[in-house]
Amino acid sequence: MTRLDGNAIAGELFDIFGKEMTSAMGTCAGCGSTRPLGELAVYLQAPGVVARCTSCDKVMIVIVEIRGVRCVDLHGTAEVDNA
Amino acid sequence: MERTAVRRRLNWQAGTVEELVTETPRTRSIRLGLPGWSGHRPGQHVDVRLTAEDGYHAQRSYSIASAPEDENLVLTVERLDDGEVSPFLVDELRTGDELELRGPIGGYFVWETARGGPLLLVAGGSGVVPFRAMLRHHRASGSAVPVRLLYSARSLHDVIYRDELTRITGNNEIDVHFTLTREQPAGWRGYRRRIDQELLADVAWPAVDRPLVYVCGPTDFVETSAAALVALGHEPGRIRLERFGGTGGSA
Repeated sequence: MTRLDGNAIAGELFDIFGKEMTSAMGTCAGCGSTRPLGELAVYLQAPGVVARCTSCDKVMIVIVEIRGVRCVDLHGTAEVDNA
Repeated sequence: MERTAVRRRLNWQAGTVEELVTETPRTRSIRLGLPGWSGHRPGQHVDVRLTAEDGYHAQRSYSIASAPEDENLVLTVERLDDGEVSPFLVDELRTGDELELRGPIGGYFVWETARGGPLLLVAGGSGVVPFRAMLRHHRASGSAVPVRLLYSARSLHDVIYRDELTRITGNNEIDVHFTLTREQPAGWRGYRRRIDQELLADVAWPAVDRPLVYVCGPTDFVETSAAALVALGHEPGRIRLERFGGTGGSA
């Protein structure tokens, strides 16, 4: 499966958060490391979109669309700072 | 202010194809007329959406090839043979057609004059597209930031923006280095191998000069380049990456 990065889901993140998010800092709930969402390891061909921490590989974001409703799982993200 | 910002939506809008330029046998640039376009930053992209007669949508992300200072928005698209969108854009689209797109999108892989430098750009194949936007912005804004572009292509025929890049390298602030990995013309004096640590050490500023580095291309290319740059002592925090895949955004 091709590994891309957070730039590839910039449009989707904009849809969800209502603003540009690839420069926002995301903190992994697994290892606590913080980096721009644009740097996350992104897989588009998973069932839905999966974004993983590049330090510990924990799944930070899952985006799935079910019957026109977008479901976003941010369990693996401790914090998002868009300052 | 914040409320307004949060409510902003990325709306689809129609652009009119004003000009098509064949850059290489596999790539074409599309100049668009876009009334009401909000402007963009160098390195951003747009989502392009095609709709079939039965309503089926296919959507992909493409880097903007024009500078914010340019009059028109230009996209450069490479044909992926198994692609759903790019074969249409490269082979079928005609002048006067309408194209549905939304954007600009992204903010992480952006370089503007104010970010400073020195600026090292490392491109693999069509990964050069966002760098054309940055280079044109650099020229249009009269920036004094020194720039080096290292561009890896299979052959001279596969070099996108060849004339423009050759011209631009005559500029004091900008150096362009090509490496042709599969086929070189007779008398070729540039590099002739895939990008590796030695080649990067040759072209890049030393790590102590703390250049800002942008790498764009296919995933393998980007990861090889990034690992080599870190091995050469460049700070990961000053290296920005953008990986191109077969799909640039899910539909």
